[in-house]
Amino acid sequence: MKPFIISCCFLLISFNISAQDMSNLVFEAGHPSLSEWILPDQPPYPEGNKPTPPRVTLGKALFFDPRLSGDGNMSCATCHNPLMGWSDGLPTARGFQSKVLDRATPVITNTAYNNLQMWDGRKKSLEDQAMGPMEATVEMNMNIKSLFEWLNSNEEYKAMFAKAYPGEPIAAASLSKAIASFERTVVSNNSRFDRWIKGDASALSKAEIEGFKVFVDPDKGNCAVCHSGNNFTDDGFHNIGLISFGKENPDLGRYAEVPLKLMKGAFKTPTIRDIEYSAPYFHDGSVATLKELIDFYERGGDVKTNLSPNLKKLTLSKTDKENLELFLLSLSSPKKAFLLPILPK
Amino acid sequence: MTKNTMIGLLFCTLSPLSLLAWGETYEVGQKNKSFTKDKLTIKVGDTVSFKNEDTFFHNVYSLSDAKFFDLGSFPKGESREVVFDTKGTVEVECAIHPTMKMTIEVQ
Ligand SMILES: [Cu+2]
Repeated sequence: MKPFIISCCFLLISFNISAQDMSNLVFEAGHPSLSEWILPDQPPYPEGNKPTPPRVTLGKALFFDPRLSGDGNMSCATCHNPLMGWSDGLPTARGFQSKVLDRATPVITNTAYNNLQMWDGRKKSLEDQAMGPMEATVEMNMNIKSLFEWLNSNEEYKAMFAKAYPGEPIAAASLSKAIASFERTVVSNNSRFDRWIKGDASALSKAEIEGFKVFVDPDKGNCAVCHSGNNFTDDGFHNIGLISFGKENPDLGRYAEVPLKLMKGAFKTPTIRDIEYSAPYFHDGSVATLKELIDFYERGGDVKTNLSPNLKKLTLSKTDKENLELFLLSLSSPKKAFLLPILPK
Repeated sequence: MTKNTMIGLLFCTLSPLSLLAWGETYEVGQKNKSFTKDKLTIKVGDTVSFKNEDTFFHNVYSLSDAKFFDLGSFPKGESREVVFDTKGTVEVECAIHPTMKMTIEVQ
């Protein structure tokens, strides 16, 4: 038995190294060549913030508590709404007093697996990001001083913080860590695709497997050039040629962080797990359906100025496109009821 | 032509060549969305040649004080060279894939 185990390990290693070369992939349920798509149940977390149950409970209450906003009517969940695929179903977000914001609300689903947060990657971790919307006057517009005065005077929150982060003050650091801990529980890795790569041959149809091939094939869908790895993202930044980039004073995206020409109009590759639940698509919300999305990539984008060199016009048959859409739909974890927290008095 | 200008011309022609002859060239690959070396120690005047070994485009840039450069984007099989002419630590990244990082120590 031992030599068999060892040779399996070697197989895994060698397949992992060369998985970008499609010829090494064997499109059979549970085949070791597909192991790079297996997403672990527990997303990574930083040292000192293991997501323990008291931390997750506290973070969940904070995430859904509208008293964290200036007008007392918006919580994190107002935009990152579990009923709307952890986003808001809007082309771009609505902020303080319903002001229309420039970018779409990113989904919370699997964002814990990302190396950088925000469409332009300006936040390094979930902890780093958590205070942002409360502080932003165009978003939750909260007076941060009064927020912590209130939390420090609320007996129930005080008890929850003491249990989650004993000895730590109730302040931006502990609040951010709690919200991040809750966000690390919003995981999608139980789709039919997941069951198929783990060995359940009945989990995907023949058409869906064909769609997966179109997805990874550089000469067909070329999707995996960016949507790579187990969370279907390269954690990278690409200008994909959206019409909004051709308008006057376009959103320059990543360029604000990394001032290189290549980054003008480049935005972070989002995960496509649960993509079915988070239309409309792209950072500008300009595409309403998966069919339109596939057509967009088939054209190789609309605005070619500063287009990512990794994008190209695609040659897809009608069947390729149908199969690709079916494959994308197979990435949805089953919908389940979400239990809301009980908020402190 | 005076003797002095002759010497001057000779010096001008030879000095870039001699610089090249002094400096060594190191190769760093870009493979599976990472640099093939995490850290590289070189001397002032040395050249690093970055080679893309993936099937898609990469970039190489640095905003470090010791060397500020942007090699644009280039496909599989192509290389771009940078001469490091100042001492210091140079953080090198790919702008397209920010998880691709390495450090060059110029001594
Ligand atoms: Cu790269």
